[in-house]
Amino acid sequence: MAIPFEYNLRNVMNRPVSTFTTALGIGLTVAIFIGALALAAGFRAALVSTGRDDNAIVLRKGADSEISSGLSRDQVQILRASPEIAAGPDGRPLVTADLVVVTNKDRKGQAGSSNIIVRGVDPQAGAVRGNIKLIAGRTFTPGTDEVIVGRRIAPRFKDCNVGDRIRFQQRDFTVVGHFSAGGSAFESEVWGDVEVLAPALQRSNTFQTVVFRMQDPAQLAALKTRVEADPRLQAQVLSERDFFMRQSESFTTLITVLGTFITLIMGVGALFGAANTMFAAIGARSREIATLLVLGFSPASVMLAFVVESVLIAAIGGALGILMALPVNGITSSTTNFSSFSELAFQFTVTPEAMASGMIFALVLGLVGGFFPALHASRQSLSAALRGG
Amino acid sequence: MNFVSLVLVNLGRNKLRTVLTTLSVTMALFLFCALGGILDTLKASIEAGSRQRLITRNAISLVFPMPQSYGPRIAAVDGVRKVAIQNWFGGQDPRGNQHFYAQFGVDDAFWDIYRKEMIIVQASEPATPVAVPEGADPKLAGYFAEQTSCVIGEKLLLKNEWKLGQTITLNGTIYPGNWEYTIRAVYRAKDPAFGEETMFFPYRYLEQKGMGGSGQAGIYVLDLTSPDRAIGVTKVVDEMFKNSNAATRTESEQAFQAGFVSMYGNIPFVLRVIGLAVVFAILGIAANTMMMAMRERTAEFGVMKTLGFSDSTVFALVLSEAAIITLGGGILGALLAKLSVSGLTTGFLPPLVIEWSTIATGIGVAVLLGAVSGLVPAYQASKLRIVDALRRVD
Repeated sequence: MAIPFEYNLRNVMNRPVSTFTTALGIGLTVAIFIGALALAAGFRAALVSTGRDDNAIVLRKGADSEISSGLSRDQVQILRASPEIAAGPDGRPLVTADLVVVTNKDRKGQAGSSNIIVRGVDPQAGAVRGNIKLIAGRTFTPGTDEVIVGRRIAPRFKDCNVGDRIRFQQRDFTVVGHFSAGGSAFESEVWGDVEVLAPALQRSNTFQTVVFRMQDPAQLAALKTRVEADPRLQAQVLSERDFFMRQSESFTTLITVLGTFITLIMGVGALFGAANTMFAAIGARSREIATLLVLGFSPASVMLAFVVESVLIAAIGGALGILMALPVNGITSSTTNFSSFSELAFQFTVTPEAMASGMIFALVLGLVGGFFPALHASRQSLSAALRGG
Repeated sequence: MNFVSLVLVNLGRNKLRTVLTTLSVTMALFLFCALGGILDTLKASIEAGSRQRLITRNAISLVFPMPQSYGPRIAAVDGVRKVAIQNWFGGQDPRGNQHFYAQFGVDDAFWDIYRKEMIIVQASEPATPVAVPEGADPKLAGYFAEQTSCVIGEKLLLKNEWKLGQTITLNGTIYPGNWEYTIRAVYRAKDPAFGEETMFFPYRYLEQKGMGGSGQAGIYVLDLTSPDRAIGVTKVVDEMFKNSNAATRTESEQAFQAGFVSMYGNIPFVLRVIGLAVVFAILGIAANTMMMAMRERTAEFGVMKTLGFSDSTVFALVLSEAAIITLGGGILGALLAKLSVSGLTTGFLPPLVIEWSTIATGIGVAVLLGAVSGLVPAYQASKLRIVDALRRVD
């Protein structure tokens, strides 16, 4: 016969301080674990949402990022004529040849400067990307020295308010709007007309990438074969989403590895704490346990009862950890995207999967931490336990 | 029985608990010191920059080059001893991204300016004797005799099991094509923060193959006659190119490095928060253990007090017990971190260093942990009335 669950519940509640400190140890571990996952998920989400499945991106062969790519005007003209390009509602082809330039700008409100991306685009770029929405002002007029600024960097860099003049090289540009882009990396960029920005930034005849909407995403394989075989182009083709996903890989791997390393070590510490608490709980109750055994509860059910108790404490810890980690959800942070050496703002995203992993991690800690004390409890000598105490 | 042996006996009474608690403190301090080491390393990499050197780059950003004609003009500025060109290459190791290492194209003057920072430990002899540029280490003759040669950091060489004289290849990302280099010398850094995982190769190779002889330079390194001239030179240089096509931004090598470190954004802050969380978690665990130990011994304290132990002795006994556990665990964890983490390398960071000051802070934190976690139980034990202690049954 199994020992009723209520027995465990009452035991746990009977020593609130000890339960709480143990649960807190597990909770902090879980919180850090979830925090690391939230950071990685937020960073990945920012980059992955930057690309679309039905967009193709063309880069120079061998380039591993936008800034290391380069396509000549002739090559861009050939690519613009690709038959796979879909037409927009206004009948114009959905294609943009982007100029991607890293520029160093002073921060607002704090000393120092940081790199941001300035992207020269075709007027249709917003439609090609699909998720660009103006949240203040208006979009830039093609052919003029107007730019729009992503909403993530607008408050953090100087000269980025609507109406401000922002200088690139020797030319001043007017900020005419702020835009959002569905949380993607574009929100950390400045956009303007490529034909105006390129000469201002002395990049008149090279572009970094050509991005276009395909009529049908299934065309990608054929397009890839055709473009990559064309000796005039020396280019590679990827789906835009794949490309940006790859850009996020090294950073998310770094964070995941670092987070796991920290969590594992903390987890071992918390495990010892949990084992300690259970040993103490069992030690203080050895007479009680012996009584249970004498009454006819099998050693297996005694062991189960104590493992359950340990898991119960761990579950409280896991819940505490999730509660502690939740406030980081939505916090905006920034780091450098090392594939562009530029600022990339992202939001910590606590996903349900991360919370579930955190809880599972806590339960495993409880299970492992409680196993040996429970085994010890179920195997103790009856006579010694009843005599001593 | 004296005080010390009494503490030791108490610690040995529940060996398992003592060991488990000590180990959890060990884990916490290991983590605390390892995270502190990452912060130390970031700091060291800033300080590796010399105050006697300035970096001039294109004002737009690092990605933009400057005309090579700037070199002699900067060199002519009063207070500048020598000017070198350095250019980021960013090639990919054909074996894959995880084998990434930094590569720079550098001109001859570079080897003069940075001669103080490195020791050439291996070098090939040139086939025919060549003149080594002024100020460079004569051992580099083999390197200067060719165009497709390179100098490799010793750590990088060992990590990849390369040998002097071997040819290595890179796939260009910024400068397309397959690039081959012959290892002609190996350097060792005098200060570990300088790093030993970088590859340097002749700038003319990069210029001819990669830039079509366009006469561009990535960044200029300015070696000053004295650090006092830094502010003046910075002003003169940036003023000189202010209205040209490529305006410049000059800053000290330290500030330049700090710019890279600031790219890590909030990561150092996050590490600090984690370190703090670890300390709190362990504080809870240690305090919990001490309280459990005390609860078990309530009756015993009654007996001790009956025998004449003063309140303050009982207080000291309990506190010492806590302190020994945390101090022991702390020292163990800190040293473990120092021994195992130091020297590890990760992509962009120089090899990890854990400063002794971080170790000392860690051990200090451990002692503090012991004091805080032992304080409440020690106070309770010292204030315990004999009659309550002896009456109480668990």
